[in-house]
Amino acid sequence: MKDFEKVEGKKKNKEVVLYALSTCIWCRKTKKLLEELEVEYKYIDMDLVDDEEKYLAEIKKWNPDCSYPTMVIDNKKCIVGFQEEEIKKEFA
Amino acid sequence: MKTKITIPQEEIDKEYKKLFDEAESGGYHLNPDVEFTKALVEGLLVNTKRYGYPACPCRLATGEKDKDLDIICPCDYRDPDLNDYGTCYCGLYVSLDVVQGKKKISSIPERRKKTMEEKRDVSTFNLEGLKYPVWRCKVCGYLCARDNPPEVCPVCKAKKERFERFI
Repeated sequence: MKDFEKVEGKKKNKEVVLYALSTCIWCRKTKKLLEELEVEYKYIDMDLVDDEEKYLAEIKKWNPDCSYPTMVIDNKKCIVGFQEEEIKKEFA
Repeated sequence: MKTKITIPQEEIDKEYKKLFDEAESGGYHLNPDVEFTKALVEGLLVNTKRYGYPACPCRLATGEKDKDLDIICPCDYRDPDLNDYGTCYCGLYVSLDVVQGKKKISSIPERRKKTMEEKRDVSTFNLEGLKYPVWRCKVCGYLCARDNPPEVCPVCKAKKERFERFI
């Protein structure tokens, strides 16, 4: 399993990194919403990563609870959970 | 190397039925959005294959059972989350209001870290005069006064390892 997967999209003006779990329904909803909004993003399914420690410190920096999904935008803003309205507004 | 595990549909349907019946007989309710709920059941089955126990599909398990006990479904946080938000963290279990369509659910905050930091210290309790210690099932809150916790919670069927010393 390679680490980050890139999903192509028309909206490329923001750098979007999504930390997710392959089994999590809220993470799936978040991925689907980003695709509907045609946002280009990269994601990592943390339950499929061999060395999760490598990423946990970075996630903790943005979200001390280390919960999923954690979305980091332009390395300056973070949205935790499937916050449908907030995500739509962010990429409107 | 961790690989993606796929579960046959009939296995998901069977587990869904089992969880549905168990929930209803215990006074709990599965999320009425069947497609959503079956996706979570699939996650539970994937985790059972991957870790040997059904860790919450919406949380990252360590793979070490002792460290993941509190997030084995039903997790220790289901009841307080049902009370505060009408749904458990992943959305598998919901309150009656949600089943009846009176309330909508969304992604809720994670209370795990905060709850763990607030762990009660039983050593400060005055135990004199108590004939037996009191054990509490962390899944459903069942209390019993006896030398050791029961093998299985008589109310919710959680295993002995999910009990804590309460008093």
